[in-house]
Amino acid sequence: MVLQTIWFFLWGLLWALFFMTDGFDLGIGTLYPFLGKTDQDKRIMINALGPLWDGNEVWLITAGGVTFAAFPLVYSVMFSSLYSALMLILFALILRGVSFEFRGKVDHPRWRKIWDTCIFVGSFVPALLFGVAFANIFQGIPIDHNGIYHGTLFTLLNPYGLLGGILFVLLFMIHGALWISIKSEGDLQERAASTANKLWPVLLGVMVIFLIASKFSTHLFDNYIEHPAFFIVILITVLALLSVRFFLVRKTFFKAWFASALTIVGTTFFGVIGLFPNLFPSSLNPRYSLTAYNASSSPLTLKIMLVVVTIFIPLIIGYQIWAYNLFKGKVTQADLAHDEAY
Amino acid sequence: MDVVLLSRLQFATATMFHFLFVPFTLGLSFLVAYMETRYVKTGDETYLRMTKFWGKLFLINFAIGVVTGITLEFQFGTNWSRYSAYVGDIFGSLLAIEATTSFFLESTLIGVWIFGWKKLSKKAHAAVMWLIAVASTFSAVWILIANAWMQNPVGYTIRDGRAELVDFAAVLFQKYAIFKFIHTVSAAYVLSAFFVMGVSAYHLLKKQNIDFFTRSFKTALGFGIIFSFVVVIMGDINGVIIAEKQPTKLAAMESLWETTTRAPVYLFALPDEENERNKIEIGAMPGMLSFLVRHDINAEIRGLKAFPKEERPPVLITSFAFKGMVGLGFYFILAAILGWWKRNRLVDSPKYLKLMLLSIPLPYMACELGWIVAEVGRQPWIVYGLMKTSDAVSPIATSQVLTTLIGFVLVYGLLGVTGFYLIAKNALKSPELATDN
Repeated sequence: MVLQTIWFFLWGLLWALFFMTDGFDLGIGTLYPFLGKTDQDKRIMINALGPLWDGNEVWLITAGGVTFAAFPLVYSVMFSSLYSALMLILFALILRGVSFEFRGKVDHPRWRKIWDTCIFVGSFVPALLFGVAFANIFQGIPIDHNGIYHGTLFTLLNPYGLLGGILFVLLFMIHGALWISIKSEGDLQERAASTANKLWPVLLGVMVIFLIASKFSTHLFDNYIEHPAFFIVILITVLALLSVRFFLVRKTFFKAWFASALTIVGTTFFGVIGLFPNLFPSSLNPRYSLTAYNASSSPLTLKIMLVVVTIFIPLIIGYQIWAYNLFKGKVTQADLAHDEAY
Repeated sequence: MDVVLLSRLQFATATMFHFLFVPFTLGLSFLVAYMETRYVKTGDETYLRMTKFWGKLFLINFAIGVVTGITLEFQFGTNWSRYSAYVGDIFGSLLAIEATTSFFLESTLIGVWIFGWKKLSKKAHAAVMWLIAVASTFSAVWILIANAWMQNPVGYTIRDGRAELVDFAAVLFQKYAIFKFIHTVSAAYVLSAFFVMGVSAYHLLKKQNIDFFTRSFKTALGFGIIFSFVVVIMGDINGVIIAEKQPTKLAAMESLWETTTRAPVYLFALPDEENERNKIEIGAMPGMLSFLVRHDINAEIRGLKAFPKEERPPVLITSFAFKGMVGLGFYFILAAILGWWKRNRLVDSPKYLKLMLLSIPLPYMACELGWIVAEVGRQPWIVYGLMKTSDAVSPIATSQVLTTLIGFVLVYGLLGVTGFYLIAKNALKSPELATDN
């Protein structure tokens, strides 16, 4: 029981870390056609995430891998039920990843245009669909007692699901705009900051609507009502979102970005705590839901995996902080002139 | 077409495409790390130019390898959900350990290497490539342990209708995994060595940048000779292990129908699966198979007929792929030895250089054929002796899989064309002057 509970929250943490890190990459890609007016702007944007996106994306692989290792039944039912949505995400991420690498390799406007489009599509689609998928998980998925999904891709595109999608896109866009504000100067920085400023009230509005809609469309609040102490997570998330604005108007972009990171982690945990112990609730019948208790691996596997992540996750966080620190500061002309720059 | 066949085709497309790029990065990371270390130690600019030139090709391959690897991890869930639920306790944890211990390091450091030329000291920058090389090797270790478990499941018990882990060490250190790892990684090193030699041959034929490409050729040559031997020797040991653990695969590889002592190896055999015999048999070497896999020419080897029809793998594909792989393996040894003999007069050996240029695709073929032997030869099992492939597939609609299969073919097709265009473009142009920024 204890092991399964630990793993439930580790599972949530890994997804939260993925949204927090790759979230700004996806946000930058979504803002790319709007903020990147000149080729120079575009190059600054992709070089701002250049050294980091690959390491960020591995949080997704790890979140997926840990779902497989700790909750094989959830992995199998979740990914086969959300088949079309997940495949769209994967194709999009393939396009995004190679676009960074390919874009600068041939000096021709049409070549660059193709990869510019792929960067946008490859970032916007995953941002939206991750939101749609998680909102649907919060709400419950039509799976039967054999874990067979009764629905299509369009079943997921219900109002609450789409609301979740919009929420994620906005969270990531602000997160990305703040990263660009940190990494750029002059006109681009101003436009990025002003975009974050303009999107902020929209995000606040959507966040409030999402919380209210969660009351009616999901059972997430049941856990909060039972253990009111958990309301602190919602409180912290809201405070983090308010501090994004606070730091943004003061132009302390790194603090604003950090607050935005906390908002994303908080939003994910709002859902994860509300779900507990469900990992993949069934909307057909609560008895069909996959939980931390009925879908986990054997205690031996959970223990081995716990040892592995206790050693390696802090190590990974350590060397990722080192890498972020190595590449702190603005993207300069010299950075762009460098052979391997994107 | 049914979901099983479509899902198999999709997985085959995804893995075979992925494996066009992975072996190159496994080998090149070590070669580039070596070149950069030579630069740091000697200060010789040519080594820096070599690092940059081959490094760029490494990065293009790496990018495609990474993005196509992600779909593989998720496809076990999307298309093989019953498999995932049944073996996730063991198989899932191996994949998760791969991501946390190896893939993370590799992916974080690749950005550091690309963008860190000015931010790190020369020594630290070279050390980053060594770490990338080691981390990618460990990635291969975990993935191949996982695959070896599908070939020869060990260390588990069946409880609550699924395979549960009981002995982790048995899974990690089984013979099958160890030799599969060495065989696969050596094949990857042969591929990267032949690529470097082939591209260098192109430039040497055009008599451009002779010093640069002679050095590149020789660096790869040493690597190529050693591992072309290792890959064949390990292949031989694998044969012994397969004979013990997967008798149906062995019989299919050699298209051996009857159980017999003094079992032969045929130079060529055309199996006729319907009538359970070979239509054509050429160059039979009696006792050879018994000798190779049991070290005794009189040993009895079970033929395909000793197993029920529904437990035999497709014989034609398995045996052809196997023969092709073995033939290529011996060719690589000869080509590498020939290179050693001519190593000090490469520019004056245009025929040999042309041969090496034309040989670039061959190790790619050998790698793919090897995986065909491993995976098709395991059929009808997804986990040998434990779970049938047909029982492993997700309960999803045929139309869904058909749609994504078309998607894979289109996206990977475009990606392949673009990727190889960029690789060729960068491989065939002259290396730039050295710039340390």
